[in-house]
Amino acid sequence: MMFRVTNNLINKQIREEKFKSLLSTVTFLLFLPALAIILWLFVKGYPALSLDFLLQDPKSGMTAGGIFPTIIGTFWLVGISILVSCPLGVLAAIYLSEYAADNALTRIIRLAILNLAGVPSIVHALFGLGAFVLFMNMGTSILAASFTLAVMNLPVIITSTLESLKSVPQSYREASWNVGASKLQTIRYIVLPNSLPGILTGLVFSVGRSAGETAAILFTGVAFYLPFLPQSVFDQCMSLSMHLFTISTQVVGMPEAYPYATALVLILLILSVNSVSVVLRSYFRTKRKW
Amino acid sequence: MIKKIEVKNLTLGYGPHTVIKDLNIDIYQNEVLAIIGPANSGKSSFLKALNRMTDFNNEVKLSGDIKLDGESIYDDEDSTFLRRRIGMVSPLPVGLPMTIRQNATYAPRMAGCKDQAELDSIMEDSLRKAALWDEVKDRLDTLATKLSGGQQQRLTIARALSHHPEVLCLDEFSIAIDPVTTMKIEAVLHELKKSITIVMVTNVINQAKRLGDRTAMMLHGQILDLDSNSKIFGGQVKDSRTKDYIEGLFG
Repeated sequence: MMFRVTNNLINKQIREEKFKSLLSTVTFLLFLPALAIILWLFVKGYPALSLDFLLQDPKSGMTAGGIFPTIIGTFWLVGISILVSCPLGVLAAIYLSEYAADNALTRIIRLAILNLAGVPSIVHALFGLGAFVLFMNMGTSILAASFTLAVMNLPVIITSTLESLKSVPQSYREASWNVGASKLQTIRYIVLPNSLPGILTGLVFSVGRSAGETAAILFTGVAFYLPFLPQSVFDQCMSLSMHLFTISTQVVGMPEAYPYATALVLILLILSVNSVSVVLRSYFRTKRKW
Repeated sequence: MIKKIEVKNLTLGYGPHTVIKDLNIDIYQNEVLAIIGPANSGKSSFLKALNRMTDFNNEVKLSGDIKLDGESIYDDEDSTFLRRRIGMVSPLPVGLPMTIRQNATYAPRMAGCKDQAELDSIMEDSLRKAALWDEVKDRLDTLATKLSGGQQQRLTIARALSHHPEVLCLDEFSIAIDPVTTMKIEAVLHELKKSITIVMVTNVINQAKRLGDRTAMMLHGQILDLDSNSKIFGGQVKDSRTKDYIEGLFG
């Protein structure tokens, strides 16, 4: 019997085409809002944008001048929080992935980590207020706010690190153990080098998240307005996200362009951090070893 | 004959499943012991018990004792030294995601060897023994994962030889390589037998016949038959199932 191209087969091809165009349309639609937001912010914020806006202190009740201290504050907060959460998160993930037995206790720990990721940031803020500001006596300070951000980011970092560790084939570990390498050596020379891209991507992602976070730092270390730059981690600071909230809702007589320009700076900052992760990922993809 | 390995009342299971039941066997110095038997007989698990890879599996339940040179392998809490004395070749080739050179020197480096000249000589020696040197000597610094399956399997063997094991365990080493290379490696094993003890699990009955001094037939976690090759393949078997398996009547 000869094989013929039937209607069924042709229909299949048409369906395939239709589905493909549906997928590409959805993807494009997702891209639109992001582009629209940035364009809108740029157009509305354009009158305020200048080098002085970036490099000067706020003046006359924040209705003039720039946003320099808020940028500096954001760097403080994000930098310290990542210094705390990166080692903690990566080490915890290594323990869970490479050492911990699969028993009731570790299953509860895993569940707790997943749940922690779903806790709203305002709850993290209250936890930070209770644990760091009051109980540990840090006061409202950069340190307390950074620790709060770190706690908020931990589940994200642990989960993404766990995923990257799991992506290293088990046969590599076994081959390494088989020739007399210890567990620690196997982690150091086989597992970590090959899961580094994923771990870094997770870290960069949480940097972006912390930079935009407002609620978690609300009660723990960020001030509405400070006439000076922070001198140490025990000072309070200003932050871009908090400043945006303040000048959009709390200040009377605010020039219209200011909030838009501030939001634009914040978004571009996060975008540039995220694009670092894209570059990192593509760099590691070219160096992929298997 | 000197006993290299003595296995006493070894019972091994994963969770509720028992895969090796009360197994006793002596393995002599400088012999090639071939282990044959159908799938799920516990052959691979037996090899894993020999170098304590079972330590890494939380599900494993193990009882009995294994002695290497008269001393229990469980005496030392840390099993990494044991694994340096017992080389292991897994059935599927694993080129570690690093260069060929780094693969061939991985074991001595992990054992603490830093002398570049010594590492180079270990690398060349083990790659030659695994019949791979001529094919890779001009591209030692390329990724091992880019090698063909057969080449990666010989690299796996080279890695297992690079820590100068006293016992070499091979788990169906020829499953991923062509007959010509298999013959090359078999010749190597024949040569190695003079200096080390070899335990090989194989599904190729002729391989057991060619290489083994003795052959053990395993089924359902027990040894049905264990004797010199001339007896096993000469029809002098204790259990008729061994004969049937060798002749291809069951399995």
